[in-house]
Amino acid sequence: MGSYLVRRFFLMLLTLFGISVLIFTMLRVVPGNIADILFDAAGMIDVSEKAKLEHDLGLDKPIAVQYVQWIDGLAHGDLGYSYVSEKPALQEILPRIPITAKLAVLALLFAIVFGVPLGVISAVRQNSALDYVLRVVSLSGLSMPAFWLGLLILMAFVRYFGTIPIYTDPPKDFWSALWLFSIPAAAVGFRSSALIMRLTRSSMLEVLRQDYIRTARAKGASDRNVNYHHALRNAVLPVVTVIGIEAAFLMGGLIVTETVFNIPGIARFLVEAIRWRDYPIVQNLVMFIAFVAVAINFLIDVLYAVLDPRIKYA
Amino acid sequence: MRMKYLALAAAVAAASVAVSPARSAEPKHGGILRIFHRETPPSLSIHEEATFSVNVPAMGIFNNLIIYDQHKPQASLDTIEPELATSWSWSKDNLNLTFKLRSGVKWHDGQPFTAKDVKCTFDLLQGKAQDKFRKNPRKDWYANLNEVTVNGDDEVTFHLKRPQPSFLAMLASGYTPIYSCHVPAAQMRTNPIGTGPFKFVEMKQNESIKLVKNPDYWKKGLPYLDGIEYTIIKNRATAVLAFVAGKVDVTFPTEMTAALEADIKKQDPTAVCELKPINVSTNLIINRDDPPFNNPELRQAMALSLDRKAFIDIILQGQGDIGGSLLPPPEGVWGLPPDQLKTLPGYGDVNKDREEARKIMAKLGYSASNPLKIKVATRNLATYRDPAAVLIDQLKSIYIDAELDPVESSSWFAKVARKDYQVGLNLTGNGIDDPDQAFYENYACNSERNYTHYCNRDLEKLFDEQSAETDVAKRKKMVWEIDKKIQQDVARPILFHARTGTCWKPYVKNLTIMSNNAYNGYRFEDLWLDR
Repeated sequence: MGSYLVRRFFLMLLTLFGISVLIFTMLRVVPGNIADILFDAAGMIDVSEKAKLEHDLGLDKPIAVQYVQWIDGLAHGDLGYSYVSEKPALQEILPRIPITAKLAVLALLFAIVFGVPLGVISAVRQNSALDYVLRVVSLSGLSMPAFWLGLLILMAFVRYFGTIPIYTDPPKDFWSALWLFSIPAAAVGFRSSALIMRLTRSSMLEVLRQDYIRTARAKGASDRNVNYHHALRNAVLPVVTVIGIEAAFLMGGLIVTETVFNIPGIARFLVEAIRWRDYPIVQNLVMFIAFVAVAINFLIDVLYAVLDPRIKYA
Repeated sequence: MRMKYLALAAAVAAASVAVSPARSAEPKHGGILRIFHRETPPSLSIHEEATFSVNVPAMGIFNNLIIYDQHKPQASLDTIEPELATSWSWSKDNLNLTFKLRSGVKWHDGQPFTAKDVKCTFDLLQGKAQDKFRKNPRKDWYANLNEVTVNGDDEVTFHLKRPQPSFLAMLASGYTPIYSCHVPAAQMRTNPIGTGPFKFVEMKQNESIKLVKNPDYWKKGLPYLDGIEYTIIKNRATAVLAFVAGKVDVTFPTEMTAALEADIKKQDPTAVCELKPINVSTNLIINRDDPPFNNPELRQAMALSLDRKAFIDIILQGQGDIGGSLLPPPEGVWGLPPDQLKTLPGYGDVNKDREEARKIMAKLGYSASNPLKIKVATRNLATYRDPAAVLIDQLKSIYIDAELDPVESSSWFAKVARKDYQVGLNLTGNGIDDPDQAFYENYACNSERNYTHYCNRDLEKLFDEQSAETDVAKRKKMVWEIDKKIQQDVARPILFHARTGTCWKPYVKNLTIMSNNAYNGYRFEDLWLDR
């Protein structure tokens, strides 16, 4: 196990290195840089002023030199300066991470709390009226765009309560934060819960047909014991994988929800930064999201061994 | 007896209702005005930017020497008022413009404002100062300025190369605040210091911009507001709902379409909404050097194919105006009147014009079975793409088979500047309603923003002549002749001038949205909240 962990750790570093090269190159392949965007916004092209700005920002240096400078800065904790706000990139990125993290964790909690039990119920009551209802609900969760659902929720709030649950100021205490984040979390978590529910259902149906389940029932084990102890534990592995993928997705993929609910998290910030070709922000933020994704994957692998003792990492 | 009391009570109630407007007309101090902002502005340094995404939140931080009256919707030379200057006078030869400056004015950091600050500002704009702007989009506005000289702390003189009455119009624009000598240009982008009614507090990307009342403002008793908060809401649907729910008091100025405004009125009938022109024209650009478009007849045929009313009906639900290069009356001061517009090619009977255009195209060898195949390039934004699609449809009527070429926003101006297009659709915003700005910026031979590279040296002489003319009526006639010539030459056919809307809650008082520009009316010093 120890050597496996060391191997995985180095694999993680290699993956992050690959991502760093990829994002760095892709950003520079995309047409236009910050100077283009700034001058474009002014509807003018002044070649000398633009060249001066590119020189000041070090954009006229060879790409390899720029890359080495970035990695060197990263290793020393210097993430550079945002081209747009002209503030340290760390100062711009850091306050936004907890905002998205809160939203992602709440959404994931929503997805697990609703997705897993309802998936189990749907499986054990296969082809019942309840199963059909839950399947329709889960299908609608998968097919409804988050943008549309978010707007529907906002419209309903304005129409029926005369208020709108969007982020305009940082929440003052725990309860106002919970209120502020729980509605967008539910909107985005609905899709994830639908996915988890469907996967739990199909995985449970497969396990429930296994011989050892029949044996457990023959030995007189209660339905609850069979379903939740014997069946779910074996059915949950693919679900855990999906939860891991969803967790990684939620850290960087909340752009639509953050936009609709006006949440100043990292996903919206990243899209804005890409629009401005704000390289220091984009590079470092993508690296952070990649790190989270890789770390979650690693944790999921470790969790497999905990959940299923048959899995051994030699 | 009971009836008598009831009648008396009713009379008292009626009287109190009658006097309440008078009471509410008395300005109240206090409160934070909440406005939604459509995006994070690139910076708050007005001089370095060219979008009213900057002017709206930043104008309150600064003062100009002179300013358009903030409560007269139609800004013109007649509505200019003193601000940091107390008065101004022209020399007899109209070459020197002297301003007497207000004394006792302080910057937000406590430093005194002097004539040197005025000189520093214009030295920066002309690139003469040691400190430099990162970009300087309006340096052409001051091409006629020779130098600024200081006469003590309270007087400053602008020396012009030739007479230019419109110089005042540029100084009065929201685009011309006075910067201080002691604050570097770079700092003005992130932490601006001004003399205006509001002090800058903070700008958080994607979140908000906050301003607070300047308690030492030189206009005693102003501002009424304790501060202004701009909440950045990029999603327009969310922003509209936020306004309806009362999270913000004012929508981002001129951001609402006619359809959105109707939606707001339906959801909140108390909302006050105004649809006005913003002096932004949508226009057709043709690469005059690229065959076959180097043929003036082909360009003429294209101009004749345009159905401007259809553009306005389809794109703007009828909320737009047909005009030349300057905003048409009644909102526009200098635009061509309708009777003169009708005489121009492409502004008359659409069917007749198109018939004529088809004859030209047939003469050039094109027909329904042998159309001219072209690409219509435009910026990949809805406000550009939508009219481009209508344009493509209209060009079909004269045997031009066009394909839309959406261009990544960041590459658009670079692409048109290097003439890497055949036909394009562009939007042109005018910072002020003034012929000098419009003509020199968009049609002068060497202007960076003359995207079609239209060049008529004789007409440029007329630009100078109208610019030097001090008699407004005489100048207007000269301007009309120039505008007609520009349209006849198919320099940059104007498709339409859009009208857009602003909504605010009824308790927001003293808010005036200007009707012939979108850049100059956001000082907000005497705006107040009746709640």
